Amino acid sequence: MAGFIAKRLVLMLFTMLAASFVVFAVTEFAPGTVARKTLGPYASQQQVDVLSDKLKANDPLLVRYVRWLGVLAGAIPDPLQDKTNGLGFSDPRGPQYFGNFGYSTLYKVPVNDMMWGRLRNTAILAGFAFALIIPLSILFGVLSGLREGSRMDRTLSILSICFTSIPEFASGVFLVTLFVILIPVLPGTSPLTNSGGWSISSQFVLPVAVLVIYDFGYVARMIRISMVGVMEKPYIRTAILKGMSPRRVILGHALRNAMIAPFTVLLLQINFLISGVVVTELVFAYPGFGRMLLEASLFGDIATIEAATMVTVAIAVATQLIGDIGYMILNPQIRVV
Amino acid sequence: MVALPKDPLQDVMVARPAPRRLPRVLRSKTALVGIALVSLWIVLAILAPVLPLIPPNAQDFAAMAAPTPSAVHWFGTDILGRDLFSRLIFGSRTVLAVAPLAVASATLVGIAIGMLAGYCGGYVDMLIGRLSDIVLAFPVIVLYVILIANVGPSVLNIVIATTIASAPGIGRIVRGLVLEMKLQGYVAAAKLRGESTLHIMVVELLPNCRGPLIVDACLRLGYTIITIGILGFLGLGLPPPTPDWGSMIRETTTVINVWPHMSLIPSVAVVSLVLGFNLLADGIREGTKRR
Repeated sequence: MAGFIAKRLVLMLFTMLAASFVVFAVTEFAPGTVARKTLGPYASQQQVDVLSDKLKANDPLLVRYVRWLGVLAGAIPDPLQDKTNGLGFSDPRGPQYFGNFGYSTLYKVPVNDMMWGRLRNTAILAGFAFALIIPLSILFGVLSGLREGSRMDRTLSILSICFTSIPEFASGVFLVTLFVILIPVLPGTSPLTNSGGWSISSQFVLPVAVLVIYDFGYVARMIRISMVGVMEKPYIRTAILKGMSPRRVILGHALRNAMIAPFTVLLLQINFLISGVVVTELVFAYPGFGRMLLEASLFGDIATIEAATMVTVAIAVATQLIGDIGYMILNPQIRVV
Repeated sequence: MVALPKDPLQDVMVARPAPRRLPRVLRSKTALVGIALVSLWIVLAILAPVLPLIPPNAQDFAAMAAPTPSAVHWFGTDILGRDLFSRLIFGSRTVLAVAPLAVASATLVGIAIGMLAGYCGGYVDMLIGRLSDIVLAFPVIVLYVILIANVGPSVLNIVIATTIASAPGIGRIVRGLVLEMKLQGYVAAAKLRGESTLHIMVVELLPNCRGPLIVDACLRLGYTIITIGILGFLGLGLPPPTPDWGSMIRETTTVINVWPHMSLIPSVAVVSLVLGFNLLADGIREGTKRR
């Protein structure tokens, strides 16, 4: 088991390295330069060239990539924080330390000062959504999976399909029209400050609802498939035939086994929620991680894009690993090879 | 040769015509609703140039004061006085051209890498598996945002981005199917006949992957339509003034407090088309299930 985890962690490191290089390479195609975007369309080409030079944006791709790696590992000081270049970039932690994600050219702060707060906001949002998705999808999945093809199964399945067909931007529009404009009981934006006169807790209602609507139907269908499979097993028939109450058959026998496969699906939703909230955060002006990534991508703020990529890929790979380990614990038939 | 006695039952059997069997998909009500929704949009998209519509980019300045639905503008106009009904129908052309193209491209690439990985095994399988892992480690939207924000939005780039994002997933499905199938007798028979590897992949294996791939393509069409909508909504859609549902919602959410119909109508359009494909996928799956 320890060897398996160690092997996976090494693979995770390689995946992150490869992903970070791919992102660096892709940003090569970005139209316009960061210097031009910082100075605006009226700056002279000479000014743009000077700033580009100071940002060291003209170096070859490989040089910049290796330098980024060096700064991240704390092997070399961040050249952009050199006091003499006049950029005014300064990190209170100093220019050289392990885990230095560099300086955001868009937000003009060290990435580490900004990103973790954004990630926390998104984690809170995703946490609330997750807390609703789990019980809702289990309820829908188990009830429809009890008897495949029954009236209840078809009704709940079609309801799930309808909900998963409403993307976040559409449900955002529907809910805002309904609860902000027609019946003004909720705020239409969630900046997490008290400025609008709405309590912080009320600002969470609509963003969480939007996430739950789009996601729970999908999870419910996964649980349904698993439940259908379990209900066909001989031990369920035995349990029913020996006169056990349906309640005990479902809760004691079926549900526990039906939850093994969807466990992974549920874990993967963490990944989906942490990063898939880009749209929701944009709709409700929520100060989260996804919106940061979108803004940084549009600006070409490579330090922030790379940092966000590393965090999302780390979360994705880590949840996969946790999923696999949990799977092995839940299902003793699976053994490490 | 002795004539065989006439089978007394033959007449009866001939007389009773075999019941015309509908394709199984059409027997599912959900699939019918799905087909209805999808074909409604396809027909509208095809007929758009010949329908008596107001040009999608023409501005009606008089209507800007009162952009709500009227006799001239059935669904009202947007903030620039452009007819929403016309933009909606022309917008469906964009979605219905880009989404199938993107899904077809992703499915072709996915089939190719899945076949290679599953049939060849060994190092090829490992290499494809590792590369797929890297792509799959990116959350989908993050991948789209990074790709499209950097290379710019165009039909080709959206198709390429969808292919990169979806092909590994399709490849996994095909690989799993091929791993199971290549042990079957008919593959061994084909090998003994001296058929080429390509022939075995395309003629022997591919037709047997059909079922799961059709369902997957239907679901993926829905997801891709959502993705195109999301890209438009994030400001990464096709450049204006091309009518694009996602961009239409983005442009009008700023005035949603005053004129909610401008954002509501394109949102309903996206949902109806996605729902159509999802119901169709469900119908096919229910219809092809072994009884």
